[in-house]
Amino acid sequence: MKKRLLIGLLTACMAASCLAGCGASGETSEGTAEEQTEADVEVEGTVATDGSTSMEKVIGALGEAFTEENQTVDFTYNPTGSGSGISAVANGTCDIGLSSRYLKDEEKEQGLEETVLAYDGIAVIVNTSNTVADLTLEQIADIYTGKITNWSEVGGEDSEIVVIGREAGSGTRDGFESITGTEDACVLRQELTSTGDVIATVKSNENAIGYASLASVDETVSAVSVGGVAPSAETVLDESYAIQRPFILVTKEGVELSDAAKAFMDYALSDAAKPIIESAGVVPAK
Amino acid sequence: MSKAIDKVMQAVFFICGLITIACVFVITIYLIISGLPAIKEIGIADFLLGKQWASTAKEPLYGILPFILTSIFGTFGAILLGVPVGFFTAVYLSKFAPEKVKKSIGFVVSLLASIPSVVYGLVGMMVLVPAVRKTFHISDGATLFSAIIVLAIMILPSIINVSITALDAVPKSYEAGALALGATECETYFRVSVPAAKSGIMASIVLGVGRAIGEAMAVMMVSGNVANMPTLFGSVRFLTTAVASEMSYALGLQKQALFSIALVLFVFIMLINWGLRKVMRGSDVKV
Repeated sequence: MKKRLLIGLLTACMAASCLAGCGASGETSEGTAEEQTEADVEVEGTVATDGSTSMEKVIGALGEAFTEENQTVDFTYNPTGSGSGISAVANGTCDIGLSSRYLKDEEKEQGLEETVLAYDGIAVIVNTSNTVADLTLEQIADIYTGKITNWSEVGGEDSEIVVIGREAGSGTRDGFESITGTEDACVLRQELTSTGDVIATVKSNENAIGYASLASVDETVSAVSVGGVAPSAETVLDESYAIQRPFILVTKEGVELSDAAKAFMDYALSDAAKPIIESAGVVPAK
Repeated sequence: MSKAIDKVMQAVFFICGLITIACVFVITIYLIISGLPAIKEIGIADFLLGKQWASTAKEPLYGILPFILTSIFGTFGAILLGVPVGFFTAVYLSKFAPEKVKKSIGFVVSLLASIPSVVYGLVGMMVLVPAVRKTFHISDGATLFSAIIVLAIMILPSIINVSITALDAVPKSYEAGALALGATECETYFRVSVPAAKSGIMASIVLGVGRAIGEAMAVMMVSGNVANMPTLFGSVRFLTTAVASEMSYALGLQKQALFSIALVLFVFIMLINWGLRKVMRGSDVKV
């Protein structure tokens, strides 16, 4: 008796949800038709971004400004790392992937496309009490590969250098090691898993050297100049600062973006977004 | 009617039970399926006994001996520091402490157990790591030693709580008998009560081992996380942190190798659980 009642209820529920489903899909198709006729109407839907933790600041600012103009859009950012963001686009689990390195050939073969959003300088940071203010690219490479182990060798005090790096697969590490030519050769004292950890550790250890995206570096640590060029927006854009890398929006070829995601892409690359990108500490692409 | 409800509810409970069992099975099978291919490809000897881990190098090396040894040394060190402190605290709280003290310290101990591991890590990173650097005059404080201290503190609650339960369960007549024969309080508790509660105390240690070997977040923040062979004042990486720190970016064989590390860790935990069951047999304490 009870069971039969339950089955009856379940069937009723299923039928109802079917009907509801049909109704909903009917409405949305009408909705998009209307949007297409009126050009200036607000877009609806979700924009899911996924990827580089280094891009958190810039993508957060862009997302905030974008949703302010389009209140009906649900904007999400999942800080997982460049590699995860790229595979998320490839698997179709997000709309736009965020990568802080150029796509590898094997990733392009999967039909992925890159659009440069901005350029980011990677700052080499030391403790504020450290007297070393300038290093050459070779000196940095030698420090990271263990050829130089004492600060006195580069004009500092006589103390051991504590070399801090990022974990394998990190976009910042990839960027830093490829630019300094230290791939697979770094001898690290600490391998940390986030930009914030690196800054916190350099802040608390006067012998430490680390690297972090320029946008995240604050006054708690000092960024050394590289070959006489201090890291800044100007020196990154005119390419005089040596350690820099691109911030990239990754999409999949042949997969049409949702209206909301397309609107976001257009917005992020528009002139209106440039001041926002700049305020996040990185240099917008031309 | 009420009989029907009874039957329905029985089915519901049965299904709930099945879900738990299914979870364990799914995790076990998934780990074995995703963990074995990399071991096969790398070779079990190269994998377990290889001394170098360079997962993203052009010619990648996947040797996890440094991680295994670090996990073993780290856990052993934590037990070495944590067990005496935990054991004596438990004896004091169970046998000597006035009811009020027992209650308030007991409350603090359970508070210690409920602190999230990331908080242990954060405090360790901000306070312990610089302190270790200054105390031992080394260039950096993120070492195996710091991780051992954090782990020792983290395993205290399980050691203290389980040992107290074991000691409380010793029949009062044993102690009364010893006291009546002229033994002092100390003699009674350490020569009569503790041996009687032996298996429960052992169980608490095994539990502590399980907690220590499975901890990832806290040790990741204080151990430096470089895949070196373990030295007390060197930067080290544990089995758990090896998986956690690279998983979010891993691709291909690297990802499979991380699953293999997880499988090795799983085998370790299984062995510890099996040990726990062995120890628990013949004990009155239920954990």
